[in-house]
Amino acid sequence: MIDGKLAVLAIESSCDETAAAVVLDGRDVRSNIISSQIETHKLYGGVVPEIASRQHLTNVNWVVDSALEEAGASMDDIDVIGVTYGPGLVGALLIGLATAKAYALACGKPLVGVNHIAGHISANFIEHPELEPPFMALVVSGGHTNLVEVRSYTDFHVLGGTRDDAVGEAYDKVARVLGLGYPGGPLIDKIAKEGDPEAVHFKRVYLEKGSLDFSFSGIKTGVLNYINSEKQAGREIHVPDVAAGFQAAVLDVIVDKTMSAAKDLGKDKIVMAGGVAANSRLREMMQQQCDKNGIALYRPSPILCTDNAAMIGCAAYYKYMAGGTDGLDLDAIPNLEL
Amino acid sequence: MRNEEIIKISNEKETADFGRSLADKLVPGSVVALTGDLGAGKTTLTKAIAAGLGIEAVITSPTFTIVKEYYGGRLPLYHFDVYRIGDEEEMFELGYEEYFYGEGVSVVEWADIIEDLIPEDAIRIRIEYGQNEGERIYTCTF
Repeated sequence: MIDGKLAVLAIESSCDETAAAVVLDGRDVRSNIISSQIETHKLYGGVVPEIASRQHLTNVNWVVDSALEEAGASMDDIDVIGVTYGPGLVGALLIGLATAKAYALACGKPLVGVNHIAGHISANFIEHPELEPPFMALVVSGGHTNLVEVRSYTDFHVLGGTRDDAVGEAYDKVARVLGLGYPGGPLIDKIAKEGDPEAVHFKRVYLEKGSLDFSFSGIKTGVLNYINSEKQAGREIHVPDVAAGFQAAVLDVIVDKTMSAAKDLGKDKIVMAGGVAANSRLREMMQQQCDKNGIALYRPSPILCTDNAAMIGCAAYYKYMAGGTDGLDLDAIPNLEL
Repeated sequence: MRNEEIIKISNEKETADFGRSLADKLVPGSVVALTGDLGAGKTTLTKAIAAGLGIEAVITSPTFTIVKEYYGGRLPLYHFDVYRIGDEEEMFELGYEEYFYGEGVSVVEWADIIEDLIPEDAIRIRIEYGQNEGERIYTCTF
Protein backbone atom coordinates (compact mmCIF):
# COMPACT_ATOMS: atom_id res chain seq x y z
CA MET A 1 0.00 0.00 0.00
CA ILE A 2 1.11 3.55 -0.69
CA ASP A 3 -0.77 6.43 0.96
CA GLY A 4 -3.47 3.95 1.94
CA LYS A 5 -4.06 2.95 -1.69
CA LEU A 6 -3.62 -0.40 -3.39
CA ALA A 7 -0.38 -0.30 -5.37
CA VAL A 8 0.01 -2.12 -8.68
CA LEU A 9 3.36 -2.57 -10.37
CA ALA A 10 2.51 -3.04 -14.06
CA ILE A 11 4.66 -4.35 -16.91
CA GLU A 12 3.90 -4.10 -20.63
CA SER A 13 6.00 -5.59 -23.45
CA SER A 14 3.51 -6.72 -26.08
CA CYS A 15 5.17 -5.08 -29.06
CA ASP A 16 7.93 -2.51 -29.49
CA GLU A 17 7.83 -0.75 -26.13
CA THR A 18 9.10 -2.05 -22.83
CA ALA A 19 7.14 -0.23 -20.14
CA ALA A 20 6.54 -0.32 -16.40
CA ALA A 21 4.39 1.78 -14.09
CA VAL A 22 3.24 2.13 -10.52
CA VAL A 23 -0.49 2.89 -10.28
CA LEU A 24 -2.48 3.41 -7.07
CA ASP A 25 -6.14 2.44 -6.80
CA GLY A 26 -6.28 2.06 -10.56
CA ARG A 27 -6.19 5.74 -11.43
CA ASP A 28 -3.42 7.48 -9.56
CA VAL A 29 -0.31 7.09 -11.72
CA ARG A 30 2.88 7.51 -9.69
CA SER A 31 5.24 6.55 -12.51
CA ASN A 32 4.93 5.55 -16.15
CA ILE A 33 8.20 4.58 -17.80
CA ILE A 34 8.39 3.74 -21.51
CA SER A 35 11.76 2.55 -22.79
CA SER A 36 11.75 4.36 -26.12
CA GLN A 37 11.08 7.69 -24.44
CA ILE A 38 14.34 7.58 -22.63
CA GLU A 39 17.04 7.76 -25.20
CA THR A 40 18.00 4.15 -25.23
CA HIS A 41 20.61 4.64 -27.89
CA LYS A 42 22.36 7.11 -25.68
CA LEU A 43 22.26 4.69 -22.78
CA TYR A 44 23.44 1.73 -24.78
CA GLY A 45 25.26 3.33 -27.69
CA GLY A 46 23.42 1.85 -30.61
CA VAL A 47 20.27 1.84 -32.64
CA VAL A 48 17.16 0.42 -31.03
CA PRO A 49 16.05 -2.62 -33.01
CA GLU A 50 12.46 -2.27 -33.97
CA ILE A 51 11.07 -5.46 -32.58
CA ALA A 52 13.84 -7.37 -30.87
CA SER A 53 12.78 -9.31 -27.81
CA ARG A 54 16.44 -9.07 -26.82
CA GLN A 55 15.81 -5.36 -26.48
CA HIS A 56 12.94 -6.05 -24.11
CA LEU A 57 15.27 -8.26 -22.13
CA THR A 58 17.89 -5.51 -21.96
CA ASN A 59 15.27 -2.96 -20.98
CA VAL A 60 12.93 -4.68 -18.62
CA ASN A 61 14.94 -4.57 -15.41
CA TRP A 62 15.94 -0.93 -15.57
CA VAL A 63 12.45 0.06 -16.73
CA VAL A 64 10.92 -1.67 -13.69
CA ASP A 65 13.57 -0.18 -11.39
CA SER A 66 12.93 3.28 -12.81
CA ALA A 67 9.18 2.89 -12.33
CA LEU A 68 9.65 1.97 -8.66
CA GLU A 69 12.23 4.70 -8.11
CA GLU A 70 10.13 7.43 -9.71
CA ALA A 71 7.15 6.36 -7.61
CA GLY A 72 9.37 6.44 -4.51
CA ALA A 73 8.32 2.87 -3.85
CA SER A 74 10.03 -0.40 -3.00
CA MET A 75 8.71 -3.89 -3.73
CA ASP A 76 7.42 -4.00 -0.13
CA ASP A 77 4.94 -1.23 -1.01
CA ILE A 78 3.57 -3.10 -4.02
CA ASP A 79 0.38 -5.16 -3.54
CA VAL A 80 -0.21 -6.61 -7.01
CA ILE A 81 1.86 -7.33 -10.12
CA GLY A 82 -0.04 -6.61 -13.33
CA VAL A 83 1.25 -7.71 -16.72
CA THR A 84 0.14 -7.86 -20.36
CA TYR A 85 -0.20 -11.49 -21.51
CA GLY A 86 -1.67 -10.83 -24.96
CA PRO A 87 -2.38 -10.03 -27.68
CA GLY A 88 1.05 -9.28 -29.10
CA LEU A 89 4.31 -10.70 -30.27
CA VAL A 90 4.96 -13.90 -28.37
CA GLY A 91 8.69 -13.39 -27.77
CA ALA A 92 8.07 -9.85 -26.58
CA LEU A 93 5.16 -10.79 -24.31
CA LEU A 94 7.19 -13.57 -22.70
CA ILE A 95 9.87 -11.17 -21.43
CA GLY A 96 7.36 -9.03 -19.53
CA LEU A 97 5.44 -12.05 -18.33
CA ALA A 98 8.53 -13.89 -17.06
CA THR A 99 9.66 -10.75 -15.24
CA ALA A 100 6.24 -10.28 -13.65
CA LYS A 101 6.10 -13.91 -12.55
CA ALA A 102 9.60 -13.69 -11.08
CA TYR A 103 8.61 -10.67 -8.99
CA ALA A 104 5.31 -12.28 -8.00
CA LEU A 105 7.05 -15.45 -6.85
CA ALA A 106 10.09 -13.85 -5.20
CA CYS A 107 8.11 -11.17 -3.38
CA GLY A 108 4.97 -13.22 -2.74
CA LYS A 109 2.60 -10.87 -4.58
CA PRO A 110 -0.51 -11.83 -6.55
CA LEU A 111 -0.16 -11.86 -10.35
CA VAL A 112 -2.84 -10.35 -12.58
CA GLY A 113 -2.71 -10.92 -16.35
CA VAL A 114 -4.13 -8.10 -18.45
CA ASN A 115 -5.44 -8.06 -22.00
CA HIS A 116 -3.59 -5.32 -23.89
CA ILE A 117 -6.83 -4.05 -25.49
CA ALA A 118 -8.54 -3.81 -22.10
CA GLY A 119 -5.48 -1.82 -21.06
CA HIS A 120 -5.87 0.66 -23.93
CA ILE A 121 -9.50 1.23 -23.02
CA SER A 122 -8.61 1.60 -19.33
CA ALA A 123 -6.18 4.43 -20.14
CA ASN A 124 -9.30 6.58 -20.18
CA PHE A 125 -10.02 5.89 -16.50
CA ILE A 126 -6.66 7.43 -15.69
CA GLU A 127 -7.24 10.48 -17.86
CA HIS A 128 -10.86 11.07 -16.80
CA PRO A 129 -11.41 10.50 -13.05
CA GLU A 130 -15.18 10.80 -13.46
CA LEU A 131 -15.48 8.19 -16.22
CA GLU A 132 -17.26 4.94 -15.36
CA PRO A 133 -18.68 2.10 -17.47
CA PRO A 134 -20.90 1.38 -19.32
CA PHE A 135 -19.80 3.00 -22.58
CA MET A 136 -18.85 2.31 -26.19
CA ALA A 137 -15.13 2.04 -26.91
CA LEU A 138 -13.34 2.54 -30.20
CA VAL A 139 -9.87 0.97 -30.11
CA VAL A 140 -7.72 2.12 -33.03
CA SER A 141 -3.99 1.49 -33.28
CA GLY A 142 -1.22 0.05 -35.40
CA GLY A 143 -2.21 -3.48 -34.50
CA HIS A 144 -5.88 -3.24 -33.54
CA THR A 145 -9.21 -1.89 -34.73
CA ASN A 146 -12.11 -2.82 -32.48
CA LEU A 147 -15.52 -1.58 -31.45
CA VAL A 148 -16.09 -2.75 -27.90
CA GLU A 149 -19.12 -2.48 -25.68
CA VAL A 150 -17.73 -1.95 -22.18
CA ARG A 151 -20.38 -3.14 -19.74
CA SER A 152 -18.31 -2.92 -16.57
CA TYR A 153 -14.66 -2.56 -15.61
CA THR A 154 -14.09 -6.21 -16.45
CA ASP A 155 -16.87 -7.08 -18.89
CA PHE A 156 -15.96 -6.29 -22.50
CA HIS A 157 -17.98 -7.34 -25.49
CA VAL A 158 -16.38 -7.02 -28.94
CA LEU A 159 -18.91 -5.84 -31.52
CA GLY A 160 -16.61 -5.60 -34.50
CA GLY A 161 -13.02 -5.66 -35.66
CA THR A 162 -10.88 -5.53 -38.74
CA ARG A 163 -11.00 -8.37 -41.23
CA ASP A 164 -7.59 -7.55 -42.67
CA ASP A 165 -5.38 -4.55 -41.88
CA ALA A 166 -5.61 -2.52 -38.67
CA VAL A 167 -6.32 1.15 -39.24
CA GLY A 168 -2.89 2.32 -38.09
CA GLU A 169 -1.36 -0.20 -40.44
CA ALA A 170 -3.38 1.19 -43.35
CA TYR A 171 -1.97 4.64 -42.49
CA ASP A 172 1.58 3.27 -42.41
CA LYS A 173 1.21 1.47 -45.72
CA VAL A 174 -0.39 4.41 -47.52
CA ALA A 175 2.27 6.73 -46.09
CA ARG A 176 4.84 4.39 -47.60
CA VAL A 177 3.10 4.50 -50.97
CA LEU A 178 3.02 8.31 -50.80
CA GLY A 179 6.69 8.43 -49.83
CA LEU A 180 5.97 10.13 -46.51
CA GLY A 181 7.95 7.80 -44.24
CA TYR A 182 7.25 6.28 -40.86
CA PRO A 183 5.20 6.43 -38.66
CA GLY A 184 2.43 7.01 -41.16
CA GLY A 185 -0.37 8.14 -38.83
CA PRO A 186 0.95 11.49 -37.66
CA LEU A 187 2.52 12.23 -41.08
CA ILE A 188 -0.71 11.69 -43.01
CA ASP A 189 -2.71 13.54 -40.36
CA LYS A 190 -0.39 16.53 -40.75
CA ILE A 191 -0.11 16.69 -44.53
CA ALA A 192 -3.84 16.00 -45.00
CA LYS A 193 -4.57 19.35 -43.35
CA GLU A 194 -3.13 21.03 -46.46
CA GLY A 195 -5.22 18.91 -48.81
CA ASP A 196 -8.82 18.81 -50.00
CA PRO A 197 -10.53 15.63 -48.72
CA GLU A 198 -12.93 15.73 -51.66
CA ALA A 199 -10.36 16.19 -54.42
CA VAL A 200 -9.67 12.46 -54.68
CA HIS A 201 -12.44 10.03 -53.80
CA PHE A 202 -11.68 6.61 -52.40
CA LYS A 203 -14.31 3.98 -51.84
CA ARG A 204 -15.75 3.70 -48.33
CA VAL A 205 -15.85 0.03 -47.33
CA TYR A 206 -18.86 -0.69 -45.11
CA LEU A 207 -19.10 -4.48 -45.69
CA GLU A 208 -22.51 -6.14 -45.20
CA LYS A 209 -25.40 -4.05 -43.96
CA GLY A 210 -25.33 -3.74 -40.20
CA SER A 211 -21.80 -5.14 -39.88
CA LEU A 212 -19.55 -3.44 -37.36
CA ASP A 213 -16.43 -5.02 -38.87
CA PHE A 214 -13.86 -3.08 -40.85
CA SER A 215 -11.75 -3.71 -43.94
CA PHE A 216 -8.85 -1.41 -44.75
CA SER A 217 -6.70 -3.48 -47.07
CA GLY A 218 -8.61 -2.46 -50.20
CA ILE A 219 -7.92 1.21 -49.72
CA LYS A 220 -4.17 0.85 -50.06
CA THR A 221 -4.77 -0.84 -53.42
CA GLY A 222 -7.14 2.02 -54.24
CA VAL A 223 -4.44 4.58 -53.48
CA LEU A 224 -1.88 2.59 -55.48
CA ASN A 225 -4.22 2.33 -58.47
CA TYR A 226 -4.93 6.04 -58.33
CA ILE A 227 -1.24 6.95 -58.22
CA ASN A 228 -0.39 4.60 -61.08
CA SER A 229 -3.17 5.84 -63.31
CA GLU A 230 -2.26 9.47 -62.64
CA LYS A 231 1.38 8.74 -63.42
CA GLN A 232 0.44 6.98 -66.63
CA ALA A 233 -1.66 9.94 -67.65
CA GLY A 234 1.37 12.13 -66.97
CA ARG A 235 -0.38 14.08 -64.24
CA GLU A 236 1.34 15.36 -61.12
CA ILE A 237 0.27 13.76 -57.83
CA HIS A 238 -0.83 16.23 -55.19
CA VAL A 239 0.14 14.31 -52.08
CA PRO A 240 -1.87 16.41 -49.55
CA ASP A 241 -5.07 15.77 -51.54
CA VAL A 242 -4.42 12.03 -51.73
CA ALA A 243 -3.64 11.91 -48.00
CA ALA A 244 -6.78 13.90 -47.18
CA GLY A 245 -8.90 11.73 -49.47
CA PHE A 246 -7.53 8.53 -47.96
CA GLN A 247 -8.00 9.79 -44.43
CA ALA A 248 -11.57 10.87 -45.16
CA ALA A 249 -12.45 7.46 -46.62
CA VAL A 250 -11.08 5.59 -43.60
CA LEU A 251 -12.38 7.92 -40.92
CA ASP A 252 -15.88 8.29 -42.42
CA VAL A 253 -16.39 4.56 -41.97
CA ILE A 254 -14.91 4.45 -38.48
CA VAL A 255 -16.97 7.39 -37.25
CA ASP A 256 -20.20 6.11 -38.87
CA LYS A 257 -19.87 2.63 -37.38
CA THR A 258 -18.90 3.91 -33.95
CA MET A 259 -21.82 6.31 -33.83
CA SER A 260 -24.33 3.76 -35.05
CA ALA A 261 -23.11 1.18 -32.50
CA ALA A 262 -23.37 3.73 -29.68
CA LYS A 263 -26.84 4.81 -30.75
CA ASP A 264 -28.12 1.25 -31.27
CA LEU A 265 -26.99 0.22 -27.80
CA GLY A 266 -28.16 3.44 -26.20
CA LYS A 267 -24.72 4.49 -24.98
CA ASP A 268 -24.28 8.12 -24.00
CA LYS A 269 -20.50 7.88 -23.73
CA ILE A 270 -17.87 6.99 -26.32
CA VAL A 271 -14.28 6.33 -25.37
CA MET A 272 -11.41 6.37 -27.85
CA ALA A 273 -8.24 4.37 -27.24
CA GLY A 274 -5.03 3.32 -28.97
CA GLY A 275 -2.41 5.25 -30.93
CA VAL A 276 -4.76 6.38 -33.71
CA ALA A 277 -6.99 8.00 -31.07
CA ALA A 278 -4.37 10.76 -31.13
CA ASN A 279 -5.29 11.55 -34.77
CA SER A 280 -6.56 15.12 -34.88
CA ARG A 281 -9.02 14.66 -37.76
CA LEU A 282 -10.59 11.58 -36.15
CA ARG A 283 -11.02 13.52 -32.92
CA GLU A 284 -12.64 16.45 -34.75
CA MET A 285 -15.06 14.23 -36.63
CA MET A 286 -15.98 12.21 -33.55
CA GLN A 287 -16.46 15.37 -31.49
CA GLN A 288 -18.75 16.84 -34.14
CA GLN A 289 -20.93 13.73 -34.30
CA CYS A 290 -20.99 13.28 -30.53
CA ASP A 291 -22.04 16.91 -30.00
CA LYS A 292 -24.82 16.47 -32.53
CA ASN A 293 -26.09 13.34 -30.80
CA GLY A 294 -25.66 14.40 -27.18
CA ILE A 295 -22.93 11.83 -26.52
CA ALA A 296 -19.91 12.57 -24.32
CA LEU A 297 -16.55 11.81 -25.95
CA TYR A 298 -13.46 10.72 -24.01
CA ARG A 299 -9.93 10.10 -25.14
CA PRO A 300 -6.60 9.80 -23.37
CA SER A 301 -3.73 12.25 -23.82
CA PRO A 302 -1.20 11.11 -26.46
CA ILE A 303 1.20 9.54 -23.92
CA LEU A 304 -1.59 7.26 -22.69
CA CYS A 305 -2.76 6.51 -26.25
CA THR A 306 0.47 4.77 -27.19
CA ASP A 307 1.57 1.52 -25.56
CA ASN A 308 2.31 2.14 -21.89
CA ALA A 309 2.17 0.30 -18.57
CA ALA A 310 0.01 2.76 -16.61
CA MET A 311 -3.02 1.58 -18.55
CA ILE A 312 -2.09 -2.02 -17.72
CA GLY A 313 -1.84 -1.07 -14.04
CA CYS A 314 -5.32 0.44 -14.20
CA ALA A 315 -6.86 -2.62 -15.87
CA ALA A 316 -5.01 -4.93 -13.47
CA TYR A 317 -6.43 -3.04 -10.49
CA TYR A 318 -10.02 -3.49 -11.63
CA LYS A 319 -9.48 -7.14 -12.53
CA TYR A 320 -7.88 -7.74 -9.12
CA MET A 321 -10.76 -6.01 -7.31
CA ALA A 322 -13.13 -8.34 -9.18
CA GLY A 323 -11.17 -11.31 -7.86
CA GLY A 324 -9.25 -11.96 -11.05
CA THR A 325 -5.80 -13.15 -10.03
CA ASP A 326 -3.80 -15.55 -12.17
CA GLY A 327 -1.50 -18.44 -11.36
CA LEU A 328 2.21 -18.58 -12.13
CA ASP A 329 1.34 -20.88 -15.03
CA LEU A 330 -0.16 -17.90 -16.91
CA ASP A 331 0.93 -18.17 -20.54
CA ALA A 332 1.50 -15.53 -23.21
CA ILE A 333 -1.31 -15.69 -25.77
CA PRO A 334 -0.40 -13.91 -29.04
CA ASN A 335 -3.99 -13.97 -30.36
CA LEU A 336 -5.70 -13.28 -27.04
CA GLU A 337 -9.26 -12.06 -27.49
CA LEU A 338 -11.12 -9.67 -25.25
CA MET B 1 15.49 -28.70 -61.48
CA ARG B 2 12.36 -27.31 -59.90
CA ASN B 3 9.23 -26.51 -61.80
CA GLU B 4 8.31 -22.95 -62.52
CA GLU B 5 4.72 -22.28 -63.38
CA ILE B 6 3.12 -18.99 -64.36
CA ILE B 7 -0.54 -18.60 -63.52
CA LYS B 8 -2.83 -15.76 -64.43
CA ILE B 9 -5.45 -14.91 -61.82
CA SER B 10 -8.32 -12.78 -63.07
CA ASN B 11 -10.56 -12.43 -60.05
CA GLU B 12 -11.12 -13.33 -56.41
CA LYS B 13 -12.75 -16.63 -57.25
CA GLU B 14 -9.62 -17.75 -59.08
CA THR B 15 -7.54 -16.71 -56.06
CA ALA B 16 -9.79 -18.88 -53.88
CA ASP B 17 -9.48 -21.84 -56.27
CA PHE B 18 -5.71 -21.47 -56.44
CA GLY B 19 -5.47 -21.21 -52.63
CA ARG B 20 -7.55 -24.33 -52.18
CA SER B 21 -5.55 -26.45 -54.60
CA LEU B 22 -2.29 -25.19 -53.09
CA ALA B 23 -3.55 -25.98 -49.57
CA ASP B 24 -4.22 -29.58 -50.62
CA LYS B 25 -0.51 -30.01 -51.43
CA LEU B 26 0.74 -28.69 -48.08
CA VAL B 27 2.18 -30.97 -45.39
CA PRO B 28 3.59 -30.29 -41.90
CA GLY B 29 6.70 -28.14 -42.31
CA SER B 30 5.66 -26.67 -45.67
CA VAL B 31 6.80 -23.09 -46.20
CA VAL B 32 5.08 -20.87 -48.76
CA ALA B 33 7.27 -17.83 -49.51
CA LEU B 34 5.32 -14.91 -50.96
CA THR B 35 6.83 -11.85 -52.60
CA GLY B 36 5.17 -8.92 -54.28
CA ASP B 37 4.62 -5.19 -53.83
CA LEU B 38 2.33 -3.55 -51.35
CA GLY B 39 -1.25 -4.20 -52.39
CA ALA B 40 -0.29 -7.09 -54.68
CA GLY B 41 -2.50 -9.47 -52.72
CA LYS B 42 -0.20 -11.46 -50.45
CA THR B 43 -2.65 -11.43 -47.54
CA THR B 44 -5.53 -12.15 -49.92
CA LEU B 45 -3.73 -15.27 -51.16
CA THR B 46 -2.97 -16.27 -47.57
CA LYS B 47 -6.68 -16.02 -46.77
CA ALA B 48 -7.38 -18.37 -49.68
CA ILE B 49 -4.77 -20.88 -48.47
CA ALA B 50 -6.24 -20.71 -44.94
CA ALA B 51 -9.72 -21.37 -46.30
CA GLY B 52 -8.29 -24.31 -48.24
CA LEU B 53 -6.85 -25.69 -45.00
CA GLY B 54 -10.32 -25.44 -43.47
CA ILE B 55 -9.45 -22.62 -41.07
CA GLU B 56 -12.56 -20.64 -40.25
CA ALA B 57 -10.98 -17.78 -38.32
CA VAL B 58 -10.63 -14.41 -40.03
CA ILE B 59 -7.06 -14.03 -41.25
CA THR B 60 -5.95 -10.52 -40.36
CA SER B 61 -2.71 -8.83 -41.30
CA PRO B 62 0.25 -9.94 -39.16
CA THR B 63 2.32 -6.85 -40.01
CA PHE B 64 2.27 -5.58 -36.45
CA THR B 65 3.02 -8.80 -34.62
CA ILE B 66 5.16 -10.40 -37.38
CA VAL B 67 3.46 -13.78 -36.95
CA LYS B 68 -0.06 -14.96 -36.20
CA GLU B 69 -1.01 -18.58 -35.53
CA TYR B 70 -4.25 -20.22 -36.60
CA TYR B 71 -5.54 -23.60 -35.52
CA GLY B 72 -8.71 -25.53 -36.24
CA GLY B 73 -7.86 -26.48 -39.84
CA ARG B 74 -6.32 -29.59 -41.35
CA LEU B 75 -2.92 -28.19 -40.33
CA PRO B 76 -1.94 -25.24 -38.16
CA LEU B 77 -1.15 -22.08 -40.15
CA TYR B 78 1.65 -19.72 -39.17
CA HIS B 79 1.17 -16.46 -41.04
CA PHE B 80 4.29 -14.27 -41.15
CA ASP B 81 4.77 -10.73 -42.38
CA VAL B 82 8.49 -10.04 -42.12
CA TYR B 83 8.34 -6.51 -43.51
CA ARG B 84 9.35 -5.02 -40.16
CA ILE B 85 12.21 -7.46 -39.64
CA GLY B 86 15.42 -5.45 -39.64
CA ASP B 87 17.86 -8.33 -39.97
CA GLU B 88 17.69 -12.10 -39.98
CA GLU B 89 18.93 -12.26 -36.40
CA GLU B 90 15.50 -11.03 -35.31
CA MET B 91 13.92 -14.11 -36.87
CA PHE B 92 15.98 -16.28 -34.55
CA GLU B 93 14.70 -14.27 -31.61
CA LEU B 94 11.17 -15.00 -32.79
CA GLY B 95 12.01 -18.69 -32.78
CA TYR B 96 11.17 -18.89 -36.48
CA GLU B 97 12.64 -22.40 -36.86
CA GLU B 98 9.98 -23.81 -34.57
CA TYR B 99 7.41 -22.54 -37.05
CA PHE B 100 9.19 -23.30 -40.34
CA TYR B 101 10.17 -26.81 -39.28
CA GLY B 102 7.17 -27.43 -37.02
CA GLU B 103 3.85 -29.21 -37.25
CA GLY B 104 2.10 -26.63 -39.37
CA VAL B 105 2.33 -24.63 -42.57
CA SER B 106 4.18 -21.32 -42.69
CA VAL B 107 3.10 -18.65 -45.16
CA VAL B 108 5.64 -15.82 -45.29
CA GLU B 109 4.86 -12.39 -46.75
CA TRP B 110 7.85 -10.30 -47.98
CA ALA B 111 9.89 -13.50 -47.96
CA ASP B 112 12.70 -11.83 -49.97
CA ILE B 113 13.64 -9.88 -46.81
CA ILE B 114 14.71 -13.11 -45.10
CA GLU B 115 15.84 -14.92 -48.26
CA ASP B 116 18.65 -16.85 -46.54
CA LEU B 117 16.25 -18.38 -44.01
CA ILE B 118 13.69 -19.65 -46.52
CA PRO B 119 14.12 -23.44 -46.80
CA GLU B 120 15.29 -24.68 -50.19
CA ASP B 121 12.21 -26.78 -50.74
CA ALA B 122 9.84 -23.89 -50.01
CA ILE B 123 7.05 -23.12 -52.46
CA ARG B 124 7.81 -19.65 -53.82
CA ILE B 125 5.15 -17.43 -55.31
CA ARG B 126 5.92 -14.04 -56.80
CA ILE B 127 2.80 -11.92 -57.23
CA GLU B 128 2.71 -9.19 -59.85
CA TYR B 129 0.00 -6.95 -61.25
CA GLY B 130 -1.52 -8.08 -64.53
CA GLN B 131 -2.64 -5.82 -67.34
CA ASN B 132 -6.24 -5.46 -66.27
CA GLU B 133 -7.57 -4.22 -62.97
CA GLY B 134 -7.88 -7.03 -60.44
CA GLU B 135 -5.62 -9.27 -62.51
CA ARG B 136 -2.54 -10.85 -60.94
CA ILE B 137 0.28 -13.01 -62.28
CA TYR B 138 1.58 -15.70 -59.94
CA THR B 139 5.05 -17.02 -60.73
CA CYS B 140 5.32 -20.20 -58.70
CA THR B 141 8.31 -22.40 -58.01
CA PHE B 142 7.36 -25.81 -56.64
